[in-house]
Amino acid sequence: MPIEIDIAHVARLARLDLSEDDLAGYKTQLGIILDHAAKVQELEGEPTQDPAHPLGFVNAYREDVRSPSLDRDEVLSQAPESSNGYFVVPPALETE
Amino acid sequence: MSWEPVIGIEVHVELATESKMFCGCSAAFGAEPNTNVCPVCLALPGAIPVPNRQAIEWIMAVGLAFNCEVSDRSVFHRKNYFYADLPKGYQISQFDIPVCHDGHLDITVDGHTSRIGIERAHMEEDTGKSTHVGDSGRIHSAESTLLDFNRSGVPLVEVVSRPDIRSAAESRAYAQELRSIVAELGVSDARLEEGSIRFDANISIRQEGETELGTKVEIKNMNSFRSLERAVDYEIKRQIDVVEAGGKIVQETRHWDEEAAVTHSMRTKEGSSDYRYFTEPDLVPMVMDSEWVESVRSTLPELPAQRRARYESQGLDAHLGSVLSSAPGPLRSIHDAAVEAGATPKVSANWLTGEVTAYLRRTETSADSLTLNGEALAELAAIVEEGVVSSSAAKEVLEGVLAGEGSPRSVAEARDLVQISDTSALEEIVASVLADNQEAVSNYRAGEQKVVGFLVGQVMRASQGKADPKIVNQLLRSKLDG
Amino acid sequence: MTLHELTVAAAGARLRSGEITAVELAESVLGRASATEAQLHAYLTIDREGALEAAAKADADLADGIDNGPLHGIPIALKDNMCTRGLETTASSQILAGYVPPYDATVVSRLRSGGAVVVGKTNLDEFAMGSSTENSAYGASYNPWDIGRVPGGSSGGSAAAVAAGSALVGFGSDTGGSIRQPASLTGIVGMKPTYGTVSRYGLIAFASSLDQIGPLARNVEDAALTLDAIWGYDPRDATSYAGEYPNPLEDFGKGVDGLKLGVVKELSGDGYEPAVEAAVAAMISRLSDAGADVVEVSLPTFDIALSAYYLIAPAEASANLARFDGIRYGHRATGKTTEALMAKSRAEGFGPEVTRRILLGTYALSAGYYDAFYGQAQRVRSAIREDFSTAYSQVDALISPTSPTVAFPAGARTDDPLAMYLSDICTIPSNLSGHPAVSVPIGLDHQGLPIGFQVMAPALGEAVMFRVAEEVERLAGFDARPEIEEVAR
Ligand SMILES: [Mg+2]
Ligand SMILES: [Zn+2]
Repeated sequence: MPIEIDIAHVARLARLDLSEDDLAGYKTQLGIILDHAAKVQELEGEPTQDPAHPLGFVNAYREDVRSPSLDRDEVLSQAPESSNGYFVVPPALETE
Repeated sequence: MSWEPVIGIEVHVELATESKMFCGCSAAFGAEPNTNVCPVCLALPGAIPVPNRQAIEWIMAVGLAFNCEVSDRSVFHRKNYFYADLPKGYQISQFDIPVCHDGHLDITVDGHTSRIGIERAHMEEDTGKSTHVGDSGRIHSAESTLLDFNRSGVPLVEVVSRPDIRSAAESRAYAQELRSIVAELGVSDARLEEGSIRFDANISIRQEGETELGTKVEIKNMNSFRSLERAVDYEIKRQIDVVEAGGKIVQETRHWDEEAAVTHSMRTKEGSSDYRYFTEPDLVPMVMDSEWVESVRSTLPELPAQRRARYESQGLDAHLGSVLSSAPGPLRSIHDAAVEAGATPKVSANWLTGEVTAYLRRTETSADSLTLNGEALAELAAIVEEGVVSSSAAKEVLEGVLAGEGSPRSVAEARDLVQISDTSALEEIVASVLADNQEAVSNYRAGEQKVVGFLVGQVMRASQGKADPKIVNQLLRSKLDG
Repeated sequence: MTLHELTVAAAGARLRSGEITAVELAESVLGRASATEAQLHAYLTIDREGALEAAAKADADLADGIDNGPLHGIPIALKDNMCTRGLETTASSQILAGYVPPYDATVVSRLRSGGAVVVGKTNLDEFAMGSSTENSAYGASYNPWDIGRVPGGSSGGSAAAVAAGSALVGFGSDTGGSIRQPASLTGIVGMKPTYGTVSRYGLIAFASSLDQIGPLARNVEDAALTLDAIWGYDPRDATSYAGEYPNPLEDFGKGVDGLKLGVVKELSGDGYEPAVEAAVAAMISRLSDAGADVVEVSLPTFDIALSAYYLIAPAEASANLARFDGIRYGHRATGKTTEALMAKSRAEGFGPEVTRRILLGTYALSAGYYDAFYGQAQRVRSAIREDFSTAYSQVDALISPTSPTVAFPAGARTDDPLAMYLSDICTIPSNLSGHPAVSVPIGLDHQGLPIGFQVMAPALGEAVMFRVAEEVERLAGFDARPEIEEVAR
């Protein structure tokens, strides 16, 4: 099947600001890869096994107890921009 | 033509756990910015989540309280979208197998009760907090944004109602009932001001009798029950106006502006709502067997609805029942103890929701510092019943009891409030009053019944209010008519 | 034999006998590193001071009778996608340039408390996405056997370091073969444990349901005792195995007599180099001579495993890499709005292969394509599990080549993603099933390039896997070492 790809839409979903040329290149490569990946549709029958954890684990929880948080200065020392205890970014133009 | 509003409400409840949903950071409100953060809730490279067992048991409790079924198997999903205060670039939430599903709440609006279906209650995590500096209330006028991740990862229960709500008033009643249950369960601070409980409404309109749903609009940012009611009311009118002016409703999210009392559209970029849900590979499935579910069920307290029903079965009318039901816990326990000690439930409820509540308000004391107990209240009710004290004197007796002066009987004695009910003592007073009021007596005999009231008053005054008015009345009439 | 050529077991014995000190051992390894890095570029960061400090501590401890286990005083190499507190960790990405983690990965803290000496952080394909260690924002690594060729990937840096002697043992992560394939291409032993047995806490995620940390070592024994030092339940990893752990060295020396081994029919033929097929066939007959009951088994879904992998791994990656947004750490581009800032930071910070896989995974999960791609790939994954279960009901272990080819020339596959992806055809199924597998060197081809042999076992079957691997090693008698001309940097 010919695979249609709205590469600009995909890049927007992935929050990647790519040039027209780059988008065109990725669209071609994705086409080739997806064409190969489409072989998954050749699978016959409906498998019964759960694709979750290979050892079939369930119910992994932690108890509701506090553990120490990080030192704020150490955390903010990695931030590109911060100001009195906050991370700082430009305004949001839109909301989620 | 007449329009029918169709409303569904989504409620986000922050759970009051010690630690966050997926890490050990404190979930407490109001800490210094970015002090309750760790690799997991800040989404540092390499950090992975481990779910909080308490949060899972509390969402089960919430679901059970809303008459939901608890899924025997449930999984977490990743909800993918980019936003500055969403550190992982996805929210760990649930998609097709929520922890709880198919429940309902009954709400009553001016005497009419309706059942609101609950589609699901699922577990998720809160985001961080953005503060838009230079904000004029409109997000797009901010100059920059400050990010605090203390709330990032706080456990959230999202409760989604079915579109069974039909008015702004019902919307408010549903939200209030839901909040009171969550508060009763003690699983959340349930404080609207702090955002620990938040409401979004999905609203559409259709013509009466129509079964298809209209285009829905989601409204956000209502931070009180009142603003929820106003916003829903406004949005219903807005939609009717649009349609009647020949326009079309656009599916969108609108923001409630409290000052302007309007909703306005929030522009969202096309395509941004493809969340690409997929099973969270860092977590394993949750299996909630009946043993676990029942152990959670056994911890549920009596819920407001059950309590109101119990009060009504005690003979309280719906209003008194709901007033007492929402009264402070200590007053409700005093009521139960008083009834236990033989007080008539209605009388006990009236004292507690009337005089006692007024006293608390007047003296600005909290209900749990009350010295009054059930036995004392039952005794107070009894001595009024027996006519030992008049109902007006009883209020004074209560004052004494609340002031810690002792039991109602001893206070009545000490404050000299016991009524004179022995006839011989009263007959003298009656006789002298009649002697002093010949004119009134002749007026009565001339058929002027109402003077009896005047004469009773005279006897009461002569007895410094201690005479039992009933007996005085009988004595006077027998004398006058005799 | 110089110190940096010792195995972990041998070096441990000499440390305990007092014949050598950890500092001498560290100096030897650091010296070898500085003499070979110019050709190999195995490391992104070498922590000389930290290493010598840790070595001195190890010596002091031994002097006080404190022995922290098999890795006590052993110089190790860590793939740069494992977080190390206070030591730059970049996952070979521009987006993490200069990033210094405030915490240690669980594996790293286990290694530190086990007395290991961290030499440095090794090169990898950006975010472990690749099979040649050429997709690194900081330059490619090269193969000690031929510096014109790739060391494989994505753990190529650790593989090259161990093969060259600039570490005694290395650590990698294996999502689709990223430990076993480079081990195969550099003539060492590389092992991927059962999913859930080695903590992923602090491992910068590529594909969470597939990633596993494991050892790259000089021989099978080193691999087994290194695994024993790092695995075990971790409450910080919800997918961590909380039950009984086998002893990986349990069945050493038992040989393969009486074992039933399955040769995987689907892992041969087109695309497999004759030299590789010949060496593997020879080893198979040696194994049956040694008493193994060797049968051919077919796992039909292996033919579509690669397709499933290239949907599942990118899909998970597209979400795992969403946290790199230029806000809290890492590279930030300038932007008028938060959205513009994020989109530009990501476009600038990620290399082409990572960008390609993020786009691929985003597409596979997006509305309208989920069922045909991601959803169907999950079904294939289940079917692969079923094929494995059937096979393991008939045999004790499965055997195959590790890689269809020997090390390929640098640049040979960089312009052909699909050709690069085919490098992992033999290793991917065990990641999709979560089962353990190991690559053991069995010889050199006519060009003097190493060939690897893969042994796969059922979940928690590490003991039998190592039992077979050790016998393969014994039968192969492979003891060649690469000759690298040392040049001072
Ligand atoms: Mg939600
Ligand atoms: Zn945290």
